[in-house]
Amino acid sequence: MSAAVAILIIGIGTYLLRFSLIGFVGERAVPEWALLPLRYVPPAVFAALVAPAVLLQQGDLVLAPGANPRALATVIALAVAWRTRSVAATIVTGMGALWLLQAVL
Amino acid sequence: MQLREGFVDGTKAVSPLLIGVVPFGLVLGIIAADSSIGPALGYATSIIIFGGAAQLATIQLLDEGALAAVVIATALVIGSRHVMYSAALAPHFSEFPRWARYALPYVLTDQAFAVSIVRYQEVTDPAYKRRFFTGAALTLWGSWQLATLTGIVVGGQLPQSLSLEFAIPLVFVALLVLTVHSRPEFVAAIVGGAIAVIAAPAPYGLGLIIGALSGVAAGVLAHRIMR
Repeated sequence: MSAAVAILIIGIGTYLLRFSLIGFVGERAVPEWALLPLRYVPPAVFAALVAPAVLLQQGDLVLAPGANPRALATVIALAVAWRTRSVAATIVTGMGALWLLQAVL
Repeated sequence: MQLREGFVDGTKAVSPLLIGVVPFGLVLGIIAADSSIGPALGYATSIIIFGGAAQLATIQLLDEGALAAVVIATALVIGSRHVMYSAALAPHFSEFPRWARYALPYVLTDQAFAVSIVRYQEVTDPAYKRRFFTGAALTLWGSWQLATLTGIVVGGQLPQSLSLEFAIPLVFVALLVLTVHSRPEFVAAIVGGAIAVIAAPAPYGLGLIIGALSGVAAGVLAHRIMR
């Protein structure tokens, strides 16, 4: 399957997820238990995207800052994100920390 | 309540959030220009998918050569949170004309949802509600298109040595922190991240989905226990 087809399917699927209860349920209330798991999708997915990307190198867990400056830069970015709650500040300090660590280590 | 103010009110309400949206769009564009799927298809995700986190994961996974089914499943898991927004908006949208009920979900985003659901607690007029949502959502849509396009144009000029692909996990770090407000959400994040690392060797890039679903299950469990 080509990338274009995959993107098109994701686009249609995303629209249907957004339309879902607006279109099919209307005024009837949806039980809370049915929606509860969705509350935990964002933190679980975002952590699952970050952790392997910054902790693994060619499939191996590398935690030593000297060998894996990305892990340390991510910890710094996490702290900045926590303090500022700003996407821009997180990107800027994270990239800055990585460049600095790459130059020093 | 004056109706034509609805659209402007929506635009105003969402403007402060553009400080977070625009840099994200710029980075997404830069990464798209840098990726193997190329600038045209990278930009097409802004029109076709119109959801930052899902677009970023899609571009990253396609660039890594992941199986199409895995790319689709991952993007839809990320998008599944919209069902929650859809449920909360449904009672309000049920008062809208049919065209609006079909068209407006396309521009439903985290930010448009957030500002609208807060305003909907203060107003009752369906026409005002519709214009408010439309104003907020279209402002975000236009800003996103401009930001990602600008990123794509700029991104083509930047050198490889900047390690700009590191901006992908950084965006997700920021989104992660913004979505953790409670202990069960913290548990979902820790378990999701840990299992994704452990499951990374799984074939077809399935480790990500295994991690994400484990995190969701852990979050629900923690919610039950901690309540």
